[in-house]
Amino acid sequence: MQHVRNVMRQLLLVVISIVSLYPVWFMLSTALKSTKYYTLDPTGFPYHVTFSNFSAVFHNWPILLWMRNSLIVTIVAVGVSTVISIMAAFAIVFGKGRGRESLFRSNIALMAIPPVALLIPMYTLMVTLGLINQLPSVMIFYTGLLVPFSVFFFVNFFREIPLELVEAAYMDGAPHRRILRKIIVPLSGASTITLVIVNAIFVWNELLVALVFLQSNTSRTLMAGLALYQGRYVTNEPLLMAAAFFSILPLVVLYIFGQRFFVRGLTAGIGK
Amino acid sequence: MSSMDATTPLQELFDKEDQTAPDTRSVWRRHQLWPYGYMAPVLVALGLVFGYSFIEVVRYSFYAGSVGQLTYVGTANYKELFADPQFTHSMFNNFKLLATVPIVTGASLALALIINTTFRGVRQYRAIVFLPYILPATAMGLSFSYLLQGKGVLDGLLHSLHLSFLIHDWLGSPSWVIFSIGGVIVWQQFGFGVVVFSAALLSVPGETVEAARIDGASWWVVQRRILIPQIRRIIEFFVILQAIIVLSSVFTYVYVLTGGGPAYSSSVMEFFIYQNGFENGSIGIASAAAVVLLAIASVFIAFYIWVRVRATKQDA
Repeated sequence: MQHVRNVMRQLLLVVISIVSLYPVWFMLSTALKSTKYYTLDPTGFPYHVTFSNFSAVFHNWPILLWMRNSLIVTIVAVGVSTVISIMAAFAIVFGKGRGRESLFRSNIALMAIPPVALLIPMYTLMVTLGLINQLPSVMIFYTGLLVPFSVFFFVNFFREIPLELVEAAYMDGAPHRRILRKIIVPLSGASTITLVIVNAIFVWNELLVALVFLQSNTSRTLMAGLALYQGRYVTNEPLLMAAAFFSILPLVVLYIFGQRFFVRGLTAGIGK
Repeated sequence: MSSMDATTPLQELFDKEDQTAPDTRSVWRRHQLWPYGYMAPVLVALGLVFGYSFIEVVRYSFYAGSVGQLTYVGTANYKELFADPQFTHSMFNNFKLLATVPIVTGASLALALIINTTFRGVRQYRAIVFLPYILPATAMGLSFSYLLQGKGVLDGLLHSLHLSFLIHDWLGSPSWVIFSIGGVIVWQQFGFGVVVFSAALLSVPGETVEAARIDGASWWVVQRRILIPQIRRIIEFFVILQAIIVLSSVFTYVYVLTGGGPAYSSSVMEFFIYQNGFENGSIGIASAAAVVLLAIASVFIAFYIWVRVRATKQDA
């Protein structure tokens, strides 16, 4: 009986794993087929492997430029939001003075605000500032969107830090700047990596804001470019799947090497 | 569990430090100005992206025209909005998508309970199931658009399984399309649930379960009477979070899978706002729709804060 149950569980898990991975496999296998071969057998194994779709994407699409844009936007937005959130969380947890708890609470509420509700005012603001089709437009918006979760995340983490560590330094006469830099930041290494990964996934994957703010071909992020070229190349499935595969590749590689950071960070919003 | 008898040494230390403000862990005795300096950048960012936008979106919702020449129209945008079948349809689609919440929750909880033991490969399975959650909806939506299209891969599979009666044009039929989008959402969110619930189940003390087993409780009774009640709070969190996601971040799926079609049948509120604001240039209508979305979202957000604050209090 126990044996039957184990076999059934394994069977269920195999089926679920296939369903989870199949869309990714379909993407890769299609990208490795010629258009002719794909039309003949869309789901079959790619026995006649061709890399022509990948090279076509590189030669005919500005995909390297889009990737570069995505990377720059991700680095700036994640970097800025992480630094300012660490500072705010440090003040909320270890500082004194009114308003700290209200700031923390507002961040919890803002975590769940639909970004689309902020899109129109932010767009008109960017028009006024002349930032449309410029990367700083999305950098500013993303930085703001990332702050609430980042503050929440660091506050929860800082509340677990043993107070003795901070106290000892304080007794030695260290100013708050030194306490943050020499004690808090070094202790936060793993947590910071976790948060950076979560936030980087958000920025890398974001479509709506990029679509609206970046409308020139050279300023697009990878997701916005992909969504736009979908309409242009909809009948060339292998080519589109090759481009889509490029967009997921960095994430899959990161996931394989840093799985625990992904899991820890993405589930951090649940619970306390 | 009362919050009084669960004081850690840490809290005792700090209670001695500061009797007046029990939420602070400060070692600075006097009120100082530096915390405000440290909070300032975040306040600026939040003020700009959230504060400014909230005020402006509400203001725009009472105006018509383009940004250069706005004219005050009172509540006309809201009246027009609720008379517009495209908007009400979009709103109902969001509500229909709420059906994915119990499906994702139930299915992922079930799997988490089933794999809540140590056996070979369990970590690998969990890693595989979690992968869809991190992948960009844009790219995966492209893949799904080919899998689900009429005479596409899914239909081919159904045909070869002799389930031809199930064959549909999954993305081309106005009555099916929103369920197909829901299916993709379930596919992406399922692994998140499994991981969240697995982690919660790991933290349930083993002795309770052991005691029940010894008393002769069946597998099902252990799950239903002991494990599920123990992780109830996590389940509540997950449900609320999923509801908020379905309400406020499904734009990408709709945009990539169907572009809102066929004939607007798969539009959601986000898509309606995007189209009116940026393709039709009706800022007023789009802003009114955004305010309605915010109002609906705030009901869920209020629930969310309530659950969170209660959790923090019980944990403290």
